[in-house]
Amino acid sequence: MPTEQIDVAPGIETELATVALIGNPNSGKTTLFNALTGLRQKIANYPGVTVEKKIGVFMTQHGREARMIDLPGTYSLTPQSPDEAVTRDVLLGVLPDTPRPDRVVCVVDAANLERNLYLASQVIELGLPTIIALNMIDLAQDNGDTIDVAELSRRIGVPVIPCSAKTRAGLAELRIALSRPADSSPDWKVPVPPLVDQSLEMIRTELPPNHHLGFAQIRAILILLLSDERADRLVVDLGWEHMLHRFRTARASLLEKLPTWQEDTIGDRYTRIGEICEGVLRRGADAADAKTSFTDRADAVLIHPVWGWLIFLTIMGLMFLSIFTLANYPMDGIKWLFGQAGEWMKTAMPPGDLQSLITDGVIKGVGGVIVFLPQILILFLFIGLLEDSGYMARAAFIMDRVMSGVGLHGKSFIPLLSSYACAIPGIMATRTIENPKDRLATIMVAPFMSCSARLPVYGLMIATLFPTDDVPAWQKAGLLMGMYALGTLTAFAFAWLFKRTILRGRPLPLVLELPPYRRPSVRTVMQGMLDRARAFIRRAGTIILGLSILLWALAYYPKTGTDKPEDHLAQSFAGRMGKFIEPALVPLGLNWKIGIGLIGAQAAREVFVSTVAVVYSVGGADDKAEAGTDSVRKALLADKWPDGRPVFTPLVCLTIMIYFVFSMQCIATLAVVRRETNTWRWPVFLFFYMTGFAYVASLVFYQVGTRLGY
Amino acid sequence: MPNDSPTPRLSDLEPGSQAVVVGFHGELEPLKRLREMGLVNGTLVKFLRWAPLGDPLEIELRGYRLSLRKLDAEQIEVRPV
Repeated sequence: MPTEQIDVAPGIETELATVALIGNPNSGKTTLFNALTGLRQKIANYPGVTVEKKIGVFMTQHGREARMIDLPGTYSLTPQSPDEAVTRDVLLGVLPDTPRPDRVVCVVDAANLERNLYLASQVIELGLPTIIALNMIDLAQDNGDTIDVAELSRRIGVPVIPCSAKTRAGLAELRIALSRPADSSPDWKVPVPPLVDQSLEMIRTELPPNHHLGFAQIRAILILLLSDERADRLVVDLGWEHMLHRFRTARASLLEKLPTWQEDTIGDRYTRIGEICEGVLRRGADAADAKTSFTDRADAVLIHPVWGWLIFLTIMGLMFLSIFTLANYPMDGIKWLFGQAGEWMKTAMPPGDLQSLITDGVIKGVGGVIVFLPQILILFLFIGLLEDSGYMARAAFIMDRVMSGVGLHGKSFIPLLSSYACAIPGIMATRTIENPKDRLATIMVAPFMSCSARLPVYGLMIATLFPTDDVPAWQKAGLLMGMYALGTLTAFAFAWLFKRTILRGRPLPLVLELPPYRRPSVRTVMQGMLDRARAFIRRAGTIILGLSILLWALAYYPKTGTDKPEDHLAQSFAGRMGKFIEPALVPLGLNWKIGIGLIGAQAAREVFVSTVAVVYSVGGADDKAEAGTDSVRKALLADKWPDGRPVFTPLVCLTIMIYFVFSMQCIATLAVVRRETNTWRWPVFLFFYMTGFAYVASLVFYQVGTRLGY
Repeated sequence: MPNDSPTPRLSDLEPGSQAVVVGFHGELEPLKRLREMGLVNGTLVKFLRWAPLGDPLEIELRGYRLSLRKLDAEQIEVRPV
């Protein structure tokens, strides 16, 4: 990717002018960002939060380079989520490694002018030189709306550039506007009640002198601080820590004397916007009806009580199937490729520690990461298409009632469904959930959804459970479905529990915009896929590689000199650990050999099958495990306790399956949770609570089963 | 609390009917975002539909569509027009 090479080095950062791009969700902000910066983008994280920082480089019309920051979309500068707080904080210049922008481009959806001007008016008040990109002007015109751009610009006091990010119309004009020196900021002020004005004035005189901020800007900042109970941190970041108490008492006293001043101020702002739009925006009634009826006609089917469900289930089924089946071809190809690379290494290098490290540690470790890429790309192709077309909001609308039963949001549905294929893309898909607690609850339960890596384990255990092949297929399939159902119900139960305990929060109302349907933009969808793939490889890749090497070392050292792989494994650190944990496994009906398999499965669940194959010395096991399911099954059934009882009774097979349903055995998932939550706390908690629950559940199941005589 | 007063609530509207927002109940904070999105006193809204499972509901205001839950819609007083 050319993007990897562009180096927004610290030295250059200070020289280039910084333009912040801000706008409502669904205003076409990201499409405009992609159109202006092309592939010259870089994604990082803001310090301390899990919000993505998207930076691109673009050329002004005069050929000068400038940096553009794509700020998280928001409806208002009073934030409800960490993403929205970042947007406000960047504009105020209080984030440590992000300079205060030199200019702001505020993207306004021309087809949804009033609501978009709410945020725009807040931004303009902050006093940064602002340009309004009146996006989707073509859509508004198709609707029959006419907007008097010159008059709009005159009334709000900043340049307004009509454009269409999708067709790229008006982008040259936007670049020209960005080349011009910034105008002085307009004197736009939202009216507030006299009592609030007095309070603002008193606080202003007590503030330390500030030469960067004008009178109007300070007023706007103070209004933000007084109308947001959670703005204490911002007061500190602005360097006014000594006045924290002052702000708190002012907030409380205003609410006591004028309980509705905040609502009234919001209303007054809309009244002012109404005045601005009066005569500027002329809605074409006839055409608007025709346009509305397209989305109406589509919704009449897509949200229909019967057809709506059928279409919804079909789309979800198609997505699920594609991840499960279509992804298999490239995944097999990747496995084969890495297998070949390993083989080639074995012939090219002399045998020894280094050869084993590279083939069994590095190549297998990297291969184990890359193999998930097709699933991630396919999932995000679907998500991109669904989001950009407007259907995603409808899916959340349909599913919200189901998800709200356990305290989740309609948008949690897609991530959980995706987790049936693999928890990694599922967890990455939680980004569409704005409420951080809902998002975290979804991440914390997503790994309970039985992923495709559990399938080989279920397969082996079901094969062992029914040693003869005369068992009807529906029994096997039923047992498999039972495992999926068990995981799903547990996920919902824990989501319910978390939302009532550790993730309890202020109840946020569902506020879901249902945008008009439109044709998805190939560019936006592709960019979204690339971003996810890159993020996955770069961040998760390093952690997974490190842990793969660790697990390799455990199985490789100490050296024993024996030729038989099963003897070597038994004497390795992994083997010793298996024996060490055996006392904890016996109550579950498991012996140390299965223990080694469980240790191997900590890297990735499917490794259980190949590890067990090695432990039970099934000839030439390793990667040929699938071909040898029958021989592995025979070897397992032949295993006996010292007193002669068979190890793999049906009860033990079920216990192992239950353990795999619940247990957290995937370092890739933990690495992704680390990346998505930006702390080790959550992945560590995830590991211990799931594994602990798996142990207790298996223990209870086995013990009860034994008492009942199975 | 909801529906014991004579003023109809947003959740009482029939699909296809229109109304003007006249007041809010409950605490300020939970419904603040709805207000910031333009659902303020005096706003004309059109009730579009309930979701297939009976919650949430969809309305149209200021030329765009918005979905909110019944629980929140019960806090919003309207005057049918």
